[in-house]
Amino acid sequence: MTSRPVLTPAGDTASSPAGVTPLSPLPDEPLRLTFRQRLSRWDVRFAPYLYISPFFLLFLVVGMFPLVFTGWVSVHEWSLIGGKGEFVGLDNYRAVFEDRYFWRALRNTVSIFLLSSIPQVLIALLLAGLLDTTLRGRTFWRMSILLPFVVAPAAVALIFGNLFGDRYGLINSALDVVGIDAIAWHVNTLASHVAIASMVNWRWTGYNALILLAAMQAVPRDLYESASIDGAGRVRQFFSITVPMVKPTLIFVIITSTIGGLQIFTEARLFDNVGLGGSDRQWQTVTLYLWELGWRLRNLGMASAVAWLLFVFICLVALLNLYLSRRIAGGVGRRVTR
Amino acid sequence: MQHPHLSRPRPSRPDRPRRRGWRASLALGATGVLLLGLAACGGDSEADSDGKITLTVATFNEFGYEELIKEYMELNPDIKVVQKKTGTWEEHRDNLYTKLAAGSGLSDIEAIEGDGMPAILEEADAFVDLTDDEVDGRWLDWKQKAGTTSDGRLIGYGTDIGPEGICYRADLFEKAGLPTDRAEVAKLFESWDSYFETGKEFIKKVPGTAWYDSSKGTSQAMINQLEYPFEDADNNVVATTNPEVKRVFDTVTSMQAAGLATNLDQWSNDWVAAFQNDGFATMACPGWMLGVIEGNADGVTGWDIADAFPGGGGNWGGSFLTVPAQSEHPEEAKALAAWLTAPEQQLKAFEAKGTFPSQVEALDDPVLTGATNAFFNDAPTGEILSNRAQAVTIQPYKGPKYADIITAFQNAVLRVDEGQESPDEAWESFVADVERIG
Repeated sequence: MTSRPVLTPAGDTASSPAGVTPLSPLPDEPLRLTFRQRLSRWDVRFAPYLYISPFFLLFLVVGMFPLVFTGWVSVHEWSLIGGKGEFVGLDNYRAVFEDRYFWRALRNTVSIFLLSSIPQVLIALLLAGLLDTTLRGRTFWRMSILLPFVVAPAAVALIFGNLFGDRYGLINSALDVVGIDAIAWHVNTLASHVAIASMVNWRWTGYNALILLAAMQAVPRDLYESASIDGAGRVRQFFSITVPMVKPTLIFVIITSTIGGLQIFTEARLFDNVGLGGSDRQWQTVTLYLWELGWRLRNLGMASAVAWLLFVFICLVALLNLYLSRRIAGGVGRRVTR
Repeated sequence: MQHPHLSRPRPSRPDRPRRRGWRASLALGATGVLLLGLAACGGDSEADSDGKITLTVATFNEFGYEELIKEYMELNPDIKVVQKKTGTWEEHRDNLYTKLAAGSGLSDIEAIEGDGMPAILEEADAFVDLTDDEVDGRWLDWKQKAGTTSDGRLIGYGTDIGPEGICYRADLFEKAGLPTDRAEVAKLFESWDSYFETGKEFIKKVPGTAWYDSSKGTSQAMINQLEYPFEDADNNVVATTNPEVKRVFDTVTSMQAAGLATNLDQWSNDWVAAFQNDGFATMACPGWMLGVIEGNADGVTGWDIADAFPGGGGNWGGSFLTVPAQSEHPEEAKALAAWLTAPEQQLKAFEAKGTFPSQVEALDDPVLTGATNAFFNDAPTGEILSNRAQAVTIQPYKGPKYADIITAFQNAVLRVDEGQESPDEAWESFVADVERIG
């Protein structure tokens, strides 16, 4: 007896208030159907596809076409303003692989991704768990964690720019008070990654927490009741009930933050005013590298090759994450897999 | 948490109606954001309801156009001018190239920094030919040439030039036992050698304060004194084989080792903050920098400017106004650009922000020659910068790759500042970077 808004086959009365009406199964095949009956069956069978078609049509235009077109650009010489040149096959890809800054960008991207996505998902999960309890003024708390998400990333970068100043920044001043040496946020590779990751986390943790919270609210409360009767504490309940039950949502959050984490741009771009990711490309992400090729060196062919490589890379990492998170988050939660 | 058989709203479940309100407000918010987005998309379209033509002028840093634009609108009641200001040229350029590639979205007038002009001339077809007998000969020869394509189309109207003096903190000089009077200080800055030697003396006396603001700025000043720094007359890249470039690199990195540099990235937050923290005592100082210093060093007293520049004269920067071909009102935009860059207007911009005129007629105008600047201890900035402009004997040749190469060069210098690489390593990676730029 679940009260979760389970997806039901479109067409039947899924939206009846909280399951008061039992789900009416489709009638078994009658011998003869009238036209109206057939129409109604088609309605049931095909209407859902019609309803979702706008998205896919739109996706075809604004998603699929650019993807394919980028591939087309990537096998040509293509200048930002001059446009299409000669067909060069895979030369652009070769040039990218031979560029040491590509590999550095890949390293930076993976490092910033790990530093942002992992703490982000873990903290979001914990936050959601805390918000799922009976707090006073919970709407207030729930809305406040979304607040950072509303602030424009450029504004975030400006504020954090003052925090992470190498010499006159707030954090280093604070460290100085405690007697710790100043950290060269814009020089040291790892430090710059931590700084950028903290901007990303600040922005996205609340958002992810809210998504997870929504899933947690749908976990049947009787499970917790039974668990408490069996003597399970809150921590045990969290790990043995909440986490497995929200696994599908957790996977969703992990995949989306993977996609986002591998495409970090604004925070890295605005971390200094030159925008190339530091004097030694310490924090140049792949998207920033792509942008340097396309818009600074005005070589759209190579930039498109990077775009495709990034696409493939993101797919691979997302699949890996899917595999890992399915294994890690335990065995329950088969429910939404259909 | 809602059990189906308890669907009747009860006081014990107060969150249900509230949550609906939450959802409604979220939906409302989302709609609002969407509408805002749409409004923003539509915001750029011209022609106000009252039939006025709207012209947009995109500039970076300080051009000193605020009052001029008001004046122009008073003179031309049927034209509305909107200025879009960006912080740095880099950001401005990124926006420019993105929209140039997209074929739309540019302002009716786009300012171009001098160093970026050669690359813009390569894309001359995307800009309106501004050639006009009325403006021919308005600018210093080399300035007009820098805005003209090889086939003789005038793409950019010159605004200012950047004859360089050395700005210095007289109060810190006094602390170090150095002369503070600008005529005496000028003698210390005759050559790079004497400039650096004075610096070594200074840092001994005033620990904690560097001699100059950034290795980037100092190296750029030195590069600007070379005739063919990075590309030869046929646009072949010579950056890494030019012994003079290597000499500049060696000088700047050895002075960094001697402790003269702040080791800060020019234009970074820390660099801006250093103005307020006695971070350094001198800096290469083209006319347009006066406004920057005054802004960053607000409240700091003691700034002055010396009528001297090591190694003769030097020009750093100075900009152009262009009209992109995608402008819907090219004629009106051209007229506005011509008006803004006329000597009379440029003189007013100079008074406002210290942007030194590139127009021949303005150079001996009493407004210019008699100008003083209260922030810089009432220095006769007009006279000083005029002298500095006359001292400029070499205009470095800048080819289409100049901007990309100098970025790589300055990054190499910065890597040494930051202690990431030894000077030798930094030079090697600079060589690799130049090869990559091609």
